Amino acid sequence: MSVELLNFIETVLNGLMSGIMYSLVALGFVLIFKASGVFNFAQGVFALFAALTLVGFQTGQVPFSHLINELFGTKFHHWYPEIHSFLAIFLTILTMIVLAWIIERLVLKHLVNQEPIILFMATIGLAFVLEGVGDLMWGSDVKVLDVGIPSGGSVWLENATIGLASEGSEYYGMYIDVLNVWATVIAVFLVTALAIFSQYTKTGRALRAVADDHQAALSVGISLRTIWVFVWAMSGFIAMVAGIMWGTESGVQFSLSLIALKALPVLILGGFTSIPGAIIGGLLIGVGEKLAEIYIGGLLDIGAIENWFAYFMALVFLLFRPQGLFGDKIIERV
Amino acid sequence: MIYKETGQYKSTYQSDHAIFPLMQDKVAFAILMIIAFFVVPFVVDSYWEKAILVPFLIYSMAAIGLNILTGYCGQVSLGTGGFMAVGAFSTYKLMTSFPDLNIMLIVIISGFLTALVGILFGLPSLRIKGFYLAVATLASQFFLVWLFNKVPWFYNYSDTGQITVSERTMFGIPVTGAEAPSYATYLFCLTLVVVFGFAAKNMIRSKIGRSWMAIRDMDIAAEIIGVPPLKTKLSAFAISSFYIGIAGSLYFAVYLGALEVTESFDIMAISFPVLFMIIIGGLGSMLGSFLGAAFIVLLPILLKNFMVDLVGLSAVTAKHFEITIWGLLMVIFLIVEPHGLARLWSIAKEKLRRWPFPY
Amino acid sequence: MSLEKIQNISYGKNVIELKNISLSFGGVQALTDVSFEVKRGEVFAIIGPNGAGKSSMLNVINGFYKPTSGKINFAGQERSQMEPEFAAKSGIARTFQNIALFKGMSTLDNLMTGRLLKQKQNLFMQALYYGPAEKEESFHREQVEKVIDFLDLQMIRRTPVGSLPYGLQKRVELGRALAMEPEILLLDEPMAGMNVEEKQDMSRFVLTANHELKTTIVLIEHDMSVVMDISDRIVVLDYGKKIGSGKPQEIRNDKAVIDAYLGITDE
Repeated sequence: MSVELLNFIETVLNGLMSGIMYSLVALGFVLIFKASGVFNFAQGVFALFAALTLVGFQTGQVPFSHLINELFGTKFHHWYPEIHSFLAIFLTILTMIVLAWIIERLVLKHLVNQEPIILFMATIGLAFVLEGVGDLMWGSDVKVLDVGIPSGGSVWLENATIGLASEGSEYYGMYIDVLNVWATVIAVFLVTALAIFSQYTKTGRALRAVADDHQAALSVGISLRTIWVFVWAMSGFIAMVAGIMWGTESGVQFSLSLIALKALPVLILGGFTSIPGAIIGGLLIGVGEKLAEIYIGGLLDIGAIENWFAYFMALVFLLFRPQGLFGDKIIERV
Repeated sequence: MIYKETGQYKSTYQSDHAIFPLMQDKVAFAILMIIAFFVVPFVVDSYWEKAILVPFLIYSMAAIGLNILTGYCGQVSLGTGGFMAVGAFSTYKLMTSFPDLNIMLIVIISGFLTALVGILFGLPSLRIKGFYLAVATLASQFFLVWLFNKVPWFYNYSDTGQITVSERTMFGIPVTGAEAPSYATYLFCLTLVVVFGFAAKNMIRSKIGRSWMAIRDMDIAAEIIGVPPLKTKLSAFAISSFYIGIAGSLYFAVYLGALEVTESFDIMAISFPVLFMIIIGGLGSMLGSFLGAAFIVLLPILLKNFMVDLVGLSAVTAKHFEITIWGLLMVIFLIVEPHGLARLWSIAKEKLRRWPFPY
Repeated sequence: MSLEKIQNISYGKNVIELKNISLSFGGVQALTDVSFEVKRGEVFAIIGPNGAGKSSMLNVINGFYKPTSGKINFAGQERSQMEPEFAAKSGIARTFQNIALFKGMSTLDNLMTGRLLKQKQNLFMQALYYGPAEKEESFHREQVEKVIDFLDLQMIRRTPVGSLPYGLQKRVELGRALAMEPEILLLDEPMAGMNVEEKQDMSRFVLTANHELKTTIVLIEHDMSVVMDISDRIVVLDYGKKIGSGKPQEIRNDKAVIDAYLGITDE
């Protein structure tokens, strides 16, 4: 095989794996949008908040220690030494469930029947609250997140591929981060579990009913509010997974919440209501972005086009297929 | 009974659709204008100018612009930062390319250039609606900021990527640059806001405003009564961008003086705050644009004074508090009064009509 | 209705002719080979069971749907489809089965939107709102006030239409269509969901518009007593096909129509 082809394959593989991360975040969006019609802008901050909380629990930080210290001149920092990451993850999941419950109680309950734009704005407000509270609770310094997922380049793959290049060419094997492989495995597992759950359980059926028609679901005795708490908690869980992956790679800091912006083109590509759309859309955007960075970005000699290229891709796609990847043809009625 | 309208009869349609049909409103507005034009310039100091008045005027301009697009025409946009950047960089390029051009002219041409860019980025709105469009406007935000950051021509190949204003005068008095006196920058912005504020109000109560609202409320029905959807949406994008471009131009030339695009026109620095302004102020309300801008300019100052100076928190912690309170206020606002401050104001007026009687 | 008028109309010229119209969405055949013509000044009713393609027919007339085949003869020209904007400009106005008002705007503003096509001032003059722009606004306001008086909408002039009861919304919608001073008025179930009194009011408005403003009316309605009372001619659709047409008496006695539809619904 020629070096170009090998490089191309490497780029596509890396694109697919970063695409999985986008899919994961987009999945959180889609779940909430399907079940409650809310475009949850706070999804990215969910991931940040979950990651912050996880680090906080793991290292035994005292919540709000900065605030308390400043107010009362005390010097709290940690109240216990590090705990096992599984326990910390468990505690974080609990936190996300409580958070979902609080959001339903304090926000969603009062905004039923409002215009979608109002709900959207409310989630922007929510994003600010969570960001602020997260910082107040755990501090805004960059934190290292390590729950024991291996990371770094895969030596095995490098050795396995180095011989594929044609004789005499300079090729040093493919580079793929093991962390990304793990992320892919976990994401695939999550999605499968989700599909099985919604297909074969009572709650799953209720979930699909609510997604289809709120009022019809209400009329057969499904509690909307329980379902909402459930999907928000689930999205919180997915956000946590995404937060762990991203946090492990580049540390836990504010920029983590910006992954939401990365996942938005996936949504317009795949549709706000389609789970397969979120997954395939994420993969497409991941691959497209990586290829563009190398083949177009290199051409233009300006670089860093990944900020907007995904949006551009999604837009061009929409111009030709306004209903998105998996949507039905839109027939407007009057 | 302070605010009574009995006895004020209108005999022509002209007087019935005046901006302020009631005598009390007319008088109040006249007094406000007199104070703004003839009292404030004599008492304004640098702190009031830099921290409150000029930012308030500039944000009002941006809020009017976004309100036209989002509040009146129903097209949610998250690209305000990008469009303000177009205004700012147009101004910079015009200033450096045509040193003799009058600053007022430069600002207005910048508005027109931004309107052109707005039309371009408004094109997808024909096929994309609702949240899909909101996300698509993010594309303009990211693309424009990237463009001004990566293409050196826009910042005249300066090493830092910064653009810096040079001094320009109106009637011999500098209005831009470090030497500009407070009253001059304030009056410059005020004049633009008043003139274009009235223009916006007039458009809204004319044919074009009704076309926008028709598209907002039900685009299919609008099309069937003869409102051309693409033309109407693009006109909203163009006019909205014109206002936002002027705001961006003033933001750079009069307010900041020097800036770097990724920092000053970030989505968090401009797009969201301006969106809050029109939500908190009131979607589809001119008054709301001003109230929202005032709210957003004053709140951080009040919060900072309270938390840093009174409670004694460190600036960082205070900042975190500020973000939290921001978010809380937004959520509370949306729950309590989704129609914003403007609605509260009209409720208050309703109360004043009857006061002191309960009904 | 006087005999004189009926005669007048039967000699009236065709305002619009639909020839062999077919319409399908994907695999669904909504209309098959439907032909009829509407004469100037008449009240023309389209009836048929639910899903017969009545609304689709109106949508074809004002250009919202493009027919798969067939011709429309309108304004002296034969065309294969209409455009909504062109239809509005040429004087075709309509109301909708599910009210399509601009809910955030007041009654007055909703009616004023009916005048949009007649307002000619450019953007700059609108922004200035002075002189001719001001005069134009006042002129159209005056026209709209006539509609408001005609439909008794004075009390709700400034009320946002979203908060009005159903019957009034239907009336405002009729007002918006009338404000366009249409030549042809398409009414899609204007009396659905109304009580007898409201139906009488609505019938009166429709007939007055027809008599005094000389508006040609094309009407879809399920209430047979209303249809038989106010319409001059009727076409009957069933499963997207035309199964009968003629004067109300003829329809009443048409065997095919009674089998398909009338026998079941007529009270």
